[in-house]
Amino acid sequence: MEDMKEIIKTYVTNEYVEDDSEVTYDTPLISGGIVDSFSMVSLKRFLENKYKISIPDDKATPEAFDSVNKICLLVNEYLK
Amino acid sequence: MPNIGSYDERVKNFNWKIAEQELDYKSGDVINIGWYCSDRICQMGKADKLGLIWEGPGGVEKKYTYNDIRLATNTIGQFLRDLGIKPEDRVCLFMDKIPELYFGFLGILKTGAIAQPLFSAFGDESLFIRIENAQTRAIITQKKHAPKVRKIIEKMPWLEYLIIVDQDPAKPLQQREVALNLEELPKVETFEIYPTYAESPSVLHYTSGTTGQPKGVKHVHYSLISQYLTSKWVLDLRDDDIYWCTADPGWVTGTSYGIIGAFSNGVTQCVLDSGFSAENWYRFIEKHRITMWYSAPTAIRSLMKAGDEIIKKFDLSSLRHLASVGEPLNSEAVIWSEKVFGKPFLDTYWQTETGSIMISNYPGMKIKPGSMGKPFPGITATVVNADTFEPFGEAGKIGLIAIKPGWPSMMRMYWNNEATYKNKFKNGWYLPGDRSSIDNEGYFWFVGRDDDVINTGGHLVSPFEVESALLEHPAVAESAVVAKPDFLNMEVVKAFITLKPGFIASKDLDLDIMNFVRKKLSPLAMPQEIEFIDSLPKTRSGKIMRRILHAKEWGEEIGDTSTLEND
Repeated sequence: MEDMKEIIKTYVTNEYVEDDSEVTYDTPLISGGIVDSFSMVSLKRFLENKYKISIPDDKATPEAFDSVNKICLLVNEYLK
Repeated sequence: MPNIGSYDERVKNFNWKIAEQELDYKSGDVINIGWYCSDRICQMGKADKLGLIWEGPGGVEKKYTYNDIRLATNTIGQFLRDLGIKPEDRVCLFMDKIPELYFGFLGILKTGAIAQPLFSAFGDESLFIRIENAQTRAIITQKKHAPKVRKIIEKMPWLEYLIIVDQDPAKPLQQREVALNLEELPKVETFEIYPTYAESPSVLHYTSGTTGQPKGVKHVHYSLISQYLTSKWVLDLRDDDIYWCTADPGWVTGTSYGIIGAFSNGVTQCVLDSGFSAENWYRFIEKHRITMWYSAPTAIRSLMKAGDEIIKKFDLSSLRHLASVGEPLNSEAVIWSEKVFGKPFLDTYWQTETGSIMISNYPGMKIKPGSMGKPFPGITATVVNADTFEPFGEAGKIGLIAIKPGWPSMMRMYWNNEATYKNKFKNGWYLPGDRSSIDNEGYFWFVGRDDDVINTGGHLVSPFEVESALLEHPAVAESAVVAKPDFLNMEVVKAFITLKPGFIASKDLDLDIMNFVRKKLSPLAMPQEIEFIDSLPKTRSGKIMRRILHAKEWGEEIGDTSTLEND
């Protein structure tokens, strides 16, 4: 789980943060304006590729993607 | 009784002088949007009235009276003038929906310079193309977006200032950078507003076309007349309204109705600068007791998707009037909003070039769900034959929407692009590039675009721009970009790609290409789907036949393929 958090945090920081702001596991990603609804599609694609899962569109909600911690919970649901 | 009263009576007796008189403007007078949106409201005795309630990430809230707005816009105006910004210089606003964006817009106009708002999610290439075209003299931005400008600043010798509104004082500024901390600057009580006139340029918005680079749409200060009156009659803005326009001022709705229309009518408006979630939006409406809500079909459909149960958790009884813009509002969304909010979203139709609402549904008028409504009083609109550009004499015929030029907020030119501007006019009509029909009661019904431009979430994306960006990816040999139908966004970008030798299609390559376009252009332009194919359909002369791919996506007839290569 810790590995996954770090991988996702690093990916989000590298792909979506434009300046030197720090992203934590709880940083609001969607409501904080770091990842917008269009970019969520690429983040979802990354998770699906990386963890070889398929996240249904109706589960890929702004709430479920709103922090690294929440994303990990979602990914874990489909890893089982 | 709605502000418009009887639509039919207004149509019969219309004259733009109604707005001029309400704004105490006479032909030949000085007219400056910055003054009308701040100083004038104060002079009307509303200096202490709340003009802007802003909420940012984490629920941070700031409130500004009209006097605060007057002072903030004076202060930014003086700051720009002290830097040497002159009338008609282009000053770009490249920011999230923070208060400085709203004040910066009006401050620029007060100096007589031209405000050039650009969507803050634009990547460096999208930004460069637009800044180069406008030969922008200064960019006002936030530290979070500054790296995108720094990446291209060496290619922009004409750009003199990168103004950062939230610069950390402990960090050094780079060459050409200036800090503008509004809260620390002394407030400028008296500012000599530049005397702009009706035809003085005000705003330069960029919009995408099928081919060629984005076009800079030039508006003038006289556009206020249209924006003020349509805000009053269509959005039905009243003195005691709490108004929420969800649009980003990086696009025209966010300036025409998120700044000019709202402030010139002296209402209190709320701005939510955080990402979308249904719960957050409903909470915002409840908290601020929003009365008038102007939003977009994509957002409305996202709310529909979130379900009806969540709505019961909030008191949304303050909502008095709802309207929508950006793309056609489907009848299901109109019916749904009537069911859950007790009132329908009224669809409004217009575009960057028109500057204000052209065709709309009006409070008090019979609504036909799914219809665009009827032309605004004073607007002559019809549907013309696509070959002859003559209006159809009978109801139900599908043709091109056509509008008689001459309303106050009509664009005055495409920046440095006279030929394309002239091409928008045929047989005495302005053609927005959309197709529709008119029923026997005079209601317009949207059919689709008349070109390949993709309307995604209410924003236009040029397939040409995306294809050009794709070709810069090392793996891409050729590409064709089309619209793909989408429940939420109406359309999304889909790319068909052939790969260069040595590259193999894979999910990782797919993601790499998506991110490449997202960073270069914008998240809106990022293909949401990529299909790797062996070859693209082309004419015998080698032109890619995008329409064949489009038809395939939409399940339509492919049509004439006689010119298809290898057919």
